[in-house]
Amino acid sequence: MKRLPQIGWLADGKRLHLQDGPIDLIVEARGSETDLRAAYDAAVRRFTGLLDELCDELPLLRAAADPKKCLLQGTVARRMHAAVAPLAVDHFITPMAAVAGAVAEEILGAMVQATRLERAYVNNGGDIALYLADGSQFTVGLVDRPDQPGLMATTVIAADDPSRGVATSGRHGRSFSLGIADAVTVLAPTAAQADAAATIIANAVDLPGHPAIVRCRADELQPDSDLGARLVTRDVKVLEQCEIVSALEAGVDKARALLAAGLIDGAALRLQDETRVVALKEFDANRPPAASRREIKSAIHA
Amino acid sequence: MLTDATATAADKIRCDACPVMCYIKPGAAGACDRYANHNGELVRVDPHIVLERTVSHGGQVVPFQAGGDWDGKIVHKPSVFVTAIGAGTTYPDYKPAPFIVSSEVDGVDMVTVVTEGIFSYCGVKVKIDTDRFLGPETATVRAQGEAIGHVTTSEYGSQMLSLGGVHHLTGGSKKEGRVTCDALMDLSNCKPVELTIDGGASVVVQAGYPPIVNGVAEERMRVGCGSATIGMFAKQWHGKVDEVVVVDDHITGVLSEHQAGKLLDIPDTGIKMKGRRSTPGRYFQVAEPGTGWGGTRISDPLSVLGPFDPKTARPGMTMLMVSTTGEHAAYYVLDEALKPIEQPMPADLKASVERIQENCEPALCTVLFMGGAGGSLRAGVTDNPVRLTRSVKEALTRVTSGGAPVYVWPGGGITFMVDVTRLPAGAFGYVPTPALVAPIEFTLRLSDYAALGGHMDHVRPLASLKENTEIRQMNSPQPGSRP
Repeated sequence: MKRLPQIGWLADGKRLHLQDGPIDLIVEARGSETDLRAAYDAAVRRFTGLLDELCDELPLLRAAADPKKCLLQGTVARRMHAAVAPLAVDHFITPMAAVAGAVAEEILGAMVQATRLERAYVNNGGDIALYLADGSQFTVGLVDRPDQPGLMATTVIAADDPSRGVATSGRHGRSFSLGIADAVTVLAPTAAQADAAATIIANAVDLPGHPAIVRCRADELQPDSDLGARLVTRDVKVLEQCEIVSALEAGVDKARALLAAGLIDGAALRLQDETRVVALKEFDANRPPAASRREIKSAIHA
Repeated sequence: MLTDATATAADKIRCDACPVMCYIKPGAAGACDRYANHNGELVRVDPHIVLERTVSHGGQVVPFQAGGDWDGKIVHKPSVFVTAIGAGTTYPDYKPAPFIVSSEVDGVDMVTVVTEGIFSYCGVKVKIDTDRFLGPETATVRAQGEAIGHVTTSEYGSQMLSLGGVHHLTGGSKKEGRVTCDALMDLSNCKPVELTIDGGASVVVQAGYPPIVNGVAEERMRVGCGSATIGMFAKQWHGKVDEVVVVDDHITGVLSEHQAGKLLDIPDTGIKMKGRRSTPGRYFQVAEPGTGWGGTRISDPLSVLGPFDPKTARPGMTMLMVSTTGEHAAYYVLDEALKPIEQPMPADLKASVERIQENCEPALCTVLFMGGAGGSLRAGVTDNPVRLTRSVKEALTRVTSGGAPVYVWPGGGITFMVDVTRLPAGAFGYVPTPALVAPIEFTLRLSDYAALGGHMDHVRPLASLKENTEIRQMNSPQPGSRP
């Protein structure tokens, strides 16, 4: 018998919540009622069994990506590989670095293919795929600590912009980070690209060998982590201002290189109350603090 | 959904709740953060999300770990108690708005209104069992260099700190607010927090654990002040030693001069104490406060003594000096020049010192979260917020926090205090206002709820949760060694 994902509406009755194993999606579209139904139906259909597809190729997905060739079969798996391949030339990276974004893209793609929408997003735990019809836009809220929701800034993505993916990576997230950034948010042409690039930039925000950074083997925490024996960041004590700046600059250099290579459209990097922004327009860090989580929610998903 | 776990190694388990089939180490969670390895058993760690699904989507709930042998259940059958933990939104924000559950308890239709309150007006009161000098009263208490509160009064054997509050949360710099919020949240979630006190000590505070003052873990509270210790042990010292001085930064006691000594006809010894005499045998300010003997800064106890009076004192006289915790003690014999010379302590005196130690209770840090339920929170419960306040005051409505009993401070508003160790682990969160998010539940009769303007259209029968057998473990730390 086929395992069915959890399917439900959030309390507001507007957002669809899909969950299967480690995948958690929040889906919302705007359009006519008929179109919405068709879109959500398509999302559920595509989501059903998607995790099994991925798991069929899990060993290969967890292995370092070969920048030259792709042995993977599944659509999502191949998208994951495509997103990490340009980064695999210079870095250790596995296709898993793009799993969240690639899944979000796949579901969004199924929705957009099924019908006509004004705009839509699929948010996979903070890695978001966007669809924008002409003239529409999204305001994206940036969260500085993925484990503790707090909005540090907003940016706007309009239909004219190239970005259709937003992803955040950092040491507080569900996946491990080799770097010390609290959060690196990346805008990229696709969600899978954003996901992979955010991982690489967050890894670059680092102070190698610094005594204030506690690291631990990834496989000691999760025996089958794709990072194997690599040291992942567990804790970062308070750093000196000059250290924060130097760690962030390392990440900014990486972001600029990826920007020049056309792999990302912009990035915001955050470490201990310091923020660096690379090529984000209408970046508004002076937004007054949100009064409640309700406000944050609307900002993230508006 | 499959929920069996196969034990593959002594410690790791393989979760087959989904095809990812994670190997999970003890104490760790799988890739989904939903299933975890608890002492070799696969457990679900997100009962509230499941609850939420049941309530808001009518989705199917898979029974899991039914009838498991857990201690400290707070969500269980048949009298289900729903806590507010997680009722707010998180990132990604798929959790619902606060919801309202009704259940029948003892034939009375009860209502539990669960919500996660956002407390921008909140703080913690910390009680640190120590005689060591932590810092002067009103001194600023800092975390990561930021002012987050102050030293307040010292009560019997303990030093109180008042941390947080609206002034530090939102009245200072952005960083001050964030650091304060982090410290309050960590303290409330029973995590250790290092605090430094201006002009005083550095202390690591963790609810339910001994304080660590300047790197040294406190073991015991003092048995009493120096004078009280004389009173308690005078009889046991009588006839075994000529003089006893109990060194204390508050009131140092001297046996031969003390009322207790007089009653036993203990003769004068010619001892001369430094400090200010209060009443006979009781001295204030024998030394500056510190982290040495008896909460003073001294390491040589003889420094609190002047020369012995040659008219009264005689060579060969014996003296015990001991701190109020029995942690420090030394035995002296006066030489020909009437100078006290340290000697090995006789066994019967050593026993009295051990008796002092034995009578000192374990030193702990305790943390009380204190917050006021504001207008908006009450409005989430009823459309006429002040009626909720009145209902609480009239004891028709019971207030709990994460299922733990609270003390509601009399007077205006709903200002409550709760011992953070009574709440389930990780019960406190934050929003970037900055403010703390704490669970708060109001339980009252359904009829009373209707009368105070409750949101009757949102009340849901508990039957909609009945299939749910999720249970949540209370992870309150036990006093003792740090994990």
